[in-house]
Amino acid sequence: MTNTAIGVKDLRKSFKSTEVLKGVDFAVKRGEIFALLGSNGAGKTTIVNILATLLKPDEGTAEVCGFDVLREPSKVRASISLTGQFAAVDGMLTGRENLILIAKLRDDKKPAETADALLERFGLTGVANRRADTYSGGMARRLDIAMSLVGHAAVIFLDEPTTGLDPEMRLEVWKTVKELSGSGTTILLTTQYLEEAEQLADRIAILHEGKIIATGTLDELKKSFPPIRVEYIEKQPTLEEIFLAIVGKKEIVK
Amino acid sequence: MRHTFVLFGRQMRHILRSPDTIITVAVMPIAMMLMFVYVFGGAVKTSMGDGVNYVNYQLPGILLMGVSSGVSYTAVRLFTDIQKGIFARLRSLPIPRSAPLWSNVLTSLISNAIAVFVLVLVALLLGFRPSGSPLRWLGAAGILALFTLALTWLAIIPGLTAKSVEGSYVFSYPLIFLPFLSSAFVPTETMPTALRIFAENQPMAGIVELLRSLLSGGSVGNEVWIALAWCIGILLVAYLFAMGVYNRRMLK
Ligand SMILES: Nc1ncnc2c1ncn2[C@@H]1O[C@H](COP(=O)(O)OP(=O)(O)O)[C@@H](O)[C@H]1O
Ligand SMILES: [Mg+2]
Repeated sequence: MTNTAIGVKDLRKSFKSTEVLKGVDFAVKRGEIFALLGSNGAGKTTIVNILATLLKPDEGTAEVCGFDVLREPSKVRASISLTGQFAAVDGMLTGRENLILIAKLRDDKKPAETADALLERFGLTGVANRRADTYSGGMARRLDIAMSLVGHAAVIFLDEPTTGLDPEMRLEVWKTVKELSGSGTTILLTTQYLEEAEQLADRIAILHEGKIIATGTLDELKKSFPPIRVEYIEKQPTLEEIFLAIVGKKEIVK
Repeated sequence: MRHTFVLFGRQMRHILRSPDTIITVAVMPIAMMLMFVYVFGGAVKTSMGDGVNYVNYQLPGILLMGVSSGVSYTAVRLFTDIQKGIFARLRSLPIPRSAPLWSNVLTSLISNAIAVFVLVLVALLLGFRPSGSPLRWLGAAGILALFTLALTWLAIIPGLTAKSVEGSYVFSYPLIFLPFLSSAFVPTETMPTALRIFAENQPMAGIVELLRSLLSGGSVGNEVWIALAWCIGILLVAYLFAMGVYNRRMLK
């Protein structure tokens, strides 16, 4: 097995006349949390859907755990777990039933025990037998992420896990994601929030106008830009400034 | 297969937990049946002659209406699962790609069978008296199951493609209406010629005639082949079209 969990090369995708991905390249190492940072409509969900075998790329290659998404989609699906942009929980079922459903679909031998363990871990034991449509946004998202942990997929996609959540719930979800790191699971996280990428990710890729315009750890991204001098005080650029600097430069180059 | 049954269990749980959908499915055809038997039945009977049991006469049409409205829930269920992202989650799981569709087909077959059973019970209370052998009733159940299967695959198409809930079930309205334009409730003899030709040859006409012969002990002739041809024809076309849509459009 290679050390690469996700490999994307020259990925292109258009919807009718709009070119969304114009040659995207990035690689995610096994066990790392990788953030794909981009504004609304940048194409983050499109990339996640291609990697989850829900969408066919027009050109380029995408591999998950060494399996090509077009040639071996069922092996890809056996390696991944998708947490989509909107919490995909079944409101008519209880939290516990949602987890048991996924466990059974993943051929878990002890679905009830798996469900109970995850409910405990995500602090949902108290509401386990309540229908999921009575959950708050943060609770639904935690259940959603818990559902993605059933079956121990090697790669987990978290598509904008905190968009639409209030700040308190966002902290709740961040805590959950942080707890996942170091477990050996690879996580591809997409976000519109620079702060979220800073908080959670080992490495960050910035997706802008259909291409990855920068990749690296937060420090690497910071180092590749000279510190901004304001008067005599040296200030490290924040990710936001780096982002704006790159985006601004592109605009000028064009 | 196992995964299909797990998903089927989930959907049956939905149905049991939303009694309102059960009631709408059963109540509409029951109300229709009461209306036909008690409001129109008397008048129709005088024109058909004495020996006719009108409850027997109208039951096949009511059953087809019940199934036609029942399958619209398949479209709604699919649409809501897609909209909520549940369908995407299911399709990203390591289960057979068609399991989410087949589980809906199974759910539709079972829930419509229950609805048909309830309708037949109500008809028995109203004076439905089947004649003929149990083998014929089995034949009637078989043709109803085939009809349900064909309409369910038809329902899957709007379920996968609709842009709104209304758009997903609107296809069922003309289907629910279609039995009116046949011999389901009144004999076709008095209809204007053009309408009569349609009423005697549209898909549901043959199925109504066949069900009536099977349940009331009449002789069964050509209508077996006509009814089977319509059901199998619609099933094949709808299945191929739905699978085509699923494999192409659902990737978007
Ligand atoms: N199925 C689709 N049909 C047409 N356009 C689409 C479709 N999905 C996404 N798009 C367009 O592609 C662009 C990128 O979408 P998306 O990947 O959802 O962005 P993000 O997740 O980064 O917000 C958007 O402009 C969106 O309108
Ligand atoms: Mg998105």
